[in-house]
Amino acid sequence: MLDGIPILTFITFIPLVAALVLMITARLSKPDSRAQIERNAPMVALWTSLFVLVLALLLTFSFDRTTADFQFVEEANWISDGIKYRMGVDGISVLFILLTAFLTPLCILGSWRNIKKRMLDYMVAFLILETLMIGVFCALDLVLFYLFFEAVLVPMFIIIGVWGGKNRIYASYKFFLYTLLGSVLMLAAMLWIYYYSGTQLGAPTTNIEVLINDLKIPGGPQIWLWLAFFASFAVKMPMWPVHTWLPDAHVEAPTAGSVILAGILLKLGGYGLLRFSITMFPEASVTLAPLVFWMSVIAIIYTSLVAYRQLDMKKLIAYSSVAHMGFVTMGIFAMNVQGVQGAIFQMLSHGVISGALFFCVGVIYDRMHTREIAFYGGLAKKMPIFAAIFLLFTMANVGLPGTSGFVGEILTMIGAYQVNPWIAFGAAFGMILSAVYALHLFRETVFGDVQNEKLNDIADMNARELWVLVPLVIMTLVLGVYPSLITDITAVSVDNLISNFNAANSAVAGG
Amino acid sequence: MWMTLQPVLGEIILAITASQFMLLTGLSKSKKRPDLIRLMAVVGLLAFAFVGFVTDRNVTETFGGAFINDDFARYVKLIIGLAGAAAIVLSRNYLRSERLDQYEFSVLLVYAVLGMGIMVSSNDLLTLYIGVEMQALALYVLAAFNRDSLRASEAGLKYFVLGALSSGILLYGASLIYGYSGSLRFDGIALALQGDYGPGLVGGMIFLLCGLAFKISAAPFHMWTPDVYEGAPTPVTGFFAGAPKLAAIALIARVLYEPFGDLAEGWTLALMVFAGLSMVVGALGGLMQTNIKRLMAYSSITNMGYALVPLTAGTLAGVAGMLTFMTIYVVTVIGVFACILQMRIRNGIVEQISDLSGLAETNKGLAITLTVMMVSLIGIPPFAGFWGKWFAFGPAIGAGHYFIVVLALVASVVGAFYYLRIIRLMWFAEANEGFVAAPRIERSFSLVSAVLLLAMGILPFITYPGLNLIRDAASSLFG
Repeated sequence: MLDGIPILTFITFIPLVAALVLMITARLSKPDSRAQIERNAPMVALWTSLFVLVLALLLTFSFDRTTADFQFVEEANWISDGIKYRMGVDGISVLFILLTAFLTPLCILGSWRNIKKRMLDYMVAFLILETLMIGVFCALDLVLFYLFFEAVLVPMFIIIGVWGGKNRIYASYKFFLYTLLGSVLMLAAMLWIYYYSGTQLGAPTTNIEVLINDLKIPGGPQIWLWLAFFASFAVKMPMWPVHTWLPDAHVEAPTAGSVILAGILLKLGGYGLLRFSITMFPEASVTLAPLVFWMSVIAIIYTSLVAYRQLDMKKLIAYSSVAHMGFVTMGIFAMNVQGVQGAIFQMLSHGVISGALFFCVGVIYDRMHTREIAFYGGLAKKMPIFAAIFLLFTMANVGLPGTSGFVGEILTMIGAYQVNPWIAFGAAFGMILSAVYALHLFRETVFGDVQNEKLNDIADMNARELWVLVPLVIMTLVLGVYPSLITDITAVSVDNLISNFNAANSAVAGG
Repeated sequence: MWMTLQPVLGEIILAITASQFMLLTGLSKSKKRPDLIRLMAVVGLLAFAFVGFVTDRNVTETFGGAFINDDFARYVKLIIGLAGAAAIVLSRNYLRSERLDQYEFSVLLVYAVLGMGIMVSSNDLLTLYIGVEMQALALYVLAAFNRDSLRASEAGLKYFVLGALSSGILLYGASLIYGYSGSLRFDGIALALQGDYGPGLVGGMIFLLCGLAFKISAAPFHMWTPDVYEGAPTPVTGFFAGAPKLAAIALIARVLYEPFGDLAEGWTLALMVFAGLSMVVGALGGLMQTNIKRLMAYSSITNMGYALVPLTAGTLAGVAGMLTFMTIYVVTVIGVFACILQMRIRNGIVEQISDLSGLAETNKGLAITLTVMMVSLIGIPPFAGFWGKWFAFGPAIGAGHYFIVVLALVASVVGAFYYLRIIRLMWFAEANEGFVAAPRIERSFSLVSAVLLLAMGILPFITYPGLNLIRDAASSLFG
């Protein structure tokens, strides 16, 4: 159906084009019509992102799930013969594109009334962000990947810095510099690979397929390269102990910024590990897997404990994100089908659930302008619909069977159990802790009597907020009871990933 | 006659351009017309930039081999000529508003570019010295052009004293080299290095390198940079940050790769020391600056450190990487200073970084262009600054110099802090009284530069021919 149409380029760049059109028309128009454009900017952004969602759905439905090859591949000249504009998707990346396209309209809808200043800039920033995030998952060239991966920092820096809370400048700097430091190490590794491919393959290249299939990197450098890539992805994930930027960024970011941060940006790290680290450096991945395991388990247990002690709702959810990302890294480095499938599933489901939780916090924050847990209590009496929805996502966050949170965690634990039962045990213990902090948050805010007088006339959710949250409710439940919706699409690519990985390592062991 | 003078045609054009100004203005009693002279200077500089495309590429040497105009020199002159023309055009409104609009400005600038042309074409120690001194003398005067200003006089004097010292070092190195090799010509020196050579040659090379390091303001010879950048008139600072740096680093490349190619082990280490120190000093020194011109001084120290990194590789890709980096850097600098020239409130010119507060609300266009330049300087793709770093650091990685590259990348993260501060002030802070509407020249220069930075990063019909041109230029050092 989509033959001959550069569908990935369209999906990626339509938001950017819309952003540019908005920006340029606003600049060129007279002040009074500029105000009108400013008012209509959210509508333009919403329709653009919905159109992208339709395209992403089309892409997913016409995606051939019987092959592990890259599909819808596009190639064009860019910088030089080695560095080309190359886009394509496989079973691992296609669903992340859908997730991005799914969350962005909700973010735009979610910030409809809450953004008080510079609405146009806000929408432009979100549209540019959507382009960059989708681009990361489409890129089939290492440098192109890096381009999108790195450029994401700029709009996010501005979103946190302009529309953030009190301490926004500190948080935006920390976010930017932390991630940049990780990324430049990856850049050094990319340069090494570029030059090494020149000596091994005749001409330097950054084509991901060529690098994965044809370039054999010796064991010694692999370790360094793996560490350099890991530095970047671990900060982005974020993994303990480099997670400290995340709570600050989440607390200060506006609601939709938090949703994007937790929903998509954290997944870039996991996606990078899957796409690059274990395919290009299989030997080093085996050698260093124990390190990742222990970091994951520490992350799961430690950050769960930290989450329990938080006084700020967003901070609590931010720490819980770090814990849930621990399951992802654990699953990826289990290097078996269940582990990797679980990791992908966990990333997608966490994108939905954590996004929804941040929206929930946003709902009450918009009414009371505080996120302090102690401020609330007894919301169930005043906001029954909100309480029900918040309960569902709290349970999903805990990993209750029937919600999507359960599937990812159980799969990653099955995967890890086959490699190291102790790690799986630690992760299971972390699941209990997640119940502790999540239920604590829910009890303190929703149950009990209304102690605080200010809460007396708090209104329940309005139609717009329901429009934002109901799709997320549906996704959480559907994926919880019918996980094959995702695993069928990823299956062939994951099998292929694992068999290549095993082949590479047995070749080393045999030869 | 014509054939033998072909390589030096560009310089002849410039010499005539500059000298006729003096004659004309000396002869005519009427009002000296700076605009007319500016126009002629720009035409001369453009002719100088593009003459390399017209002359015979196979005839390269003249004056008995003391002067060489190979593809490398042609390319560097193209950029320098354009940067010089840009500086003259950009300076017009500034000079008028500061009541400095004297025709000597254009004359001096043309002479400076002439000196740079001789520098990059030098194939002989004497030509080298003449070129270096010619541009330096013109630049000393330009730095102090606003002679009623204490800051400018201080800048000019400081620049002159330290510059003279560095020339002395350079000359001493040249005399050592001559003494131990018996030749002034670069190929003669290379020949001397084939046989037994005394320690004086190595010492001479190091002295020469130190003298040139002063010109690119590489640490530890960077002390003059912040004061001169701050004190000199803004368009002059913008010119300082680009063209003379390119000329001097091109000269370093030629000296190291041609006569001293066999001493690569020695100068690789020296370059790494210069590069490493510059990056650290520039990155740390810029953190606490409040004046945007001083900030750009530290930024240029860091960037010169980056530009030296590819030269440590000793390969063709290294020279090409340096040229790519410097080309992009020159474009960025012109754009940044075009933005700085727009920082003008009702009472006059302002230079504090805090004056940029809330620019995104008062002047969105300027805020966006300046943001593009800062993001490019940080090295975030797709802007060209990223490609500058990519092509600059890659050859060093290829040569196995991992430490210096990782140091450079970490320094770029530290440096990101002060570029981010500018972005932060423009976007996050409360708005000041806005700037007055900027003249069209400055606006279009900053816009063109921002667009170029984006275009050079994404458009294949710019990157392919550009990189080919640079590769040809670099390969002429490996003939």
